Amino acid sequence: MPNTASALTNATVTLDAPRRQPGFFRRLLKSPSGVVGIVIITFYLVVALAGAFGLTPHSPLQQNRFDRLQAPSDTYRMGTDLYGRDVLSRVMDGATNSLRVALASVLLSGVAGTLLGALSGFAGGLTDHVIMRVMDVFFAFPAILLALLVVVVLGPGLNNTILAIAVVYTPIFARVARGPTLSVRAMDYVTAARCLGVSERRILLLHILPNILAPLIVQVSLALSWSLLTEAGLSFLGLGTRPPQASWGVMLSESRALAEMAPWLMIYPGLAIMLGVLGFNLLGDGLRDVLDPRLRGKR
Amino acid sequence: MLRYLTQRAIAFVPTVLGVTLLVFFAIRAIPGDAITAMLGTEAGMLTANQRASLEEYFGLDKPSYVQYFNWLGNLLQGDLGYSVRHGQPVLDVILARFPVTLELAVLAVLIALAIGLTFGVIAAIFHNSVIDLFGQLFALIGLAAPNFLIGTLIIYVLSVYFGILPNAGNYVDLTEDPVKNFEQIIFPAITLGFAFSASVMRMTRSAMLEVLGQDYIRTARSKGLRERTILSRHALRNALIPIVTLVGVEAGYLLGGTVIVEEIFTLPGIGRLAYNAISQRDYALIQGVTLFIALNFVVINLVVDFVYTLLDPRISYAKHS
Repeated sequence: MPNTASALTNATVTLDAPRRQPGFFRRLLKSPSGVVGIVIITFYLVVALAGAFGLTPHSPLQQNRFDRLQAPSDTYRMGTDLYGRDVLSRVMDGATNSLRVALASVLLSGVAGTLLGALSGFAGGLTDHVIMRVMDVFFAFPAILLALLVVVVLGPGLNNTILAIAVVYTPIFARVARGPTLSVRAMDYVTAARCLGVSERRILLLHILPNILAPLIVQVSLALSWSLLTEAGLSFLGLGTRPPQASWGVMLSESRALAEMAPWLMIYPGLAIMLGVLGFNLLGDGLRDVLDPRLRGKR
Repeated sequence: MLRYLTQRAIAFVPTVLGVTLLVFFAIRAIPGDAITAMLGTEAGMLTANQRASLEEYFGLDKPSYVQYFNWLGNLLQGDLGYSVRHGQPVLDVILARFPVTLELAVLAVLIALAIGLTFGVIAAIFHNSVIDLFGQLFALIGLAAPNFLIGTLIIYVLSVYFGILPNAGNYVDLTEDPVKNFEQIIFPAITLGFAFSASVMRMTRSAMLEVLGQDYIRTARSKGLRERTILSRHALRNALIPIVTLVGVEAGYLLGGTVIVEEIFTLPGIGRLAYNAISQRDYALIQGVTLFIALNFVVINLVVDFVYTLLDPRISYAKHS
């Protein structure tokens, strides 16, 4: 009997084998958007890590009054600012700061939003209604205004910028998580788990959450690009990263008065923001192509 | 239809109430008291009695929930309170700024639709061609470029190469001098319209590609209809529904004020008003402005619902209500 069972299992394996789809990463590497996105983000990560470990050509904060507003040269590849600080080193340090804010805020909003959305869809009824109406309240604000409000209440600074951006994006994750939860909770395997006496919490965490991850992964990539933009916007308004700390938004804001005299102050941080956002957007597109078969070939 | 719209409007009441609650109590969580925020360093010169009478005058001596319900009660009578910084009723301050934001939003949406729809349709017709590739590249750049970068770049190019300073001088009202007003508002509108046109283009392209593959397009072709008629009457009209949704969401944001662009181009719109009110802790004004912005969202959502029925006769709210 055991032999028959083993033979059956083997038969299933051999039958299934040819149908197996190529792996997730292999499919992602077949998507041109995904590949370009991965290349840009890898480059961005390397630059941010170099900035984090102090591997910048000069100190990003060191002022040098003899080298003020120097045009790009061999010594200063991207020129210097009004205080003689090296723009390249500040762009690298800015990458570290913006990535830190983006990752932390997306992690916070992703976890909070997913749990709220999944709980809302799973519990239904009054819980669903209350959670989603609260999320609607947050949706009625333009993102930057809500972030402004949070920063003013909490005070400016890196950690509060992270919290502000997390507050803005939590409702988006909640909405994205709720939809698939509604369809997954009606699946037979959830009913089966319930029949076996599995607790509701365990069903939510082990049976529902893993099966609603696909749209959330796409959302993470897009949220990273938005949070880069929001951080830069808040810093541009003087409410995010505070000078003298380097942030692309702060650098762009400082460049406004000097743009005619020293356009490099605007060009390099501007390009850095665009490249970062482009990278995450492209990766998001690639992930969507891979994870949502309905959308394949439409872009 | 009217019944449906009324039902939708009523459904938004909890959201608007939630917004008022959130704003009211968030502002009271800001460190420091309101009187100091209003008067700045001069508050230090107040005697205890003066401070107490000021607090009584503005109702700040009462518990927070009483202040909230008082404010809500006044609100229902059209009284949004009094802005200390502006020395005017809040509603007057908002209504004076709203035309600027409205004009900016309308122009930005028109620019975005002109660019986005045109290039989106062309990209879909010439699918996978060089034009399509350029269109997609434009969309990617448009989506990645923050509006404060585009705004700064526009100011740079105009001032360095054309000797024009788009944000110089005081704002001139549309009714006062339309030409001068247009000169002041067109560049911020281009800044906002550029980024949005990228989203419109992408959406138009994918919606058109989907529609162009449908059977009724083949039927229209086999009937011998002109390609232009097929594109405009059969394809674009059906592709417009997701674009209307997109425009609705974006218009809601634009009418909520575009803080950064208004700040860069020193335009006295709702966004800058909200930003200044928040940073100056003008309690009544922050409450009024945020409520106004939330109401804009509600109205825009209703308008979008209404436009759906005009575009697609199959969407009829009468049946559901």
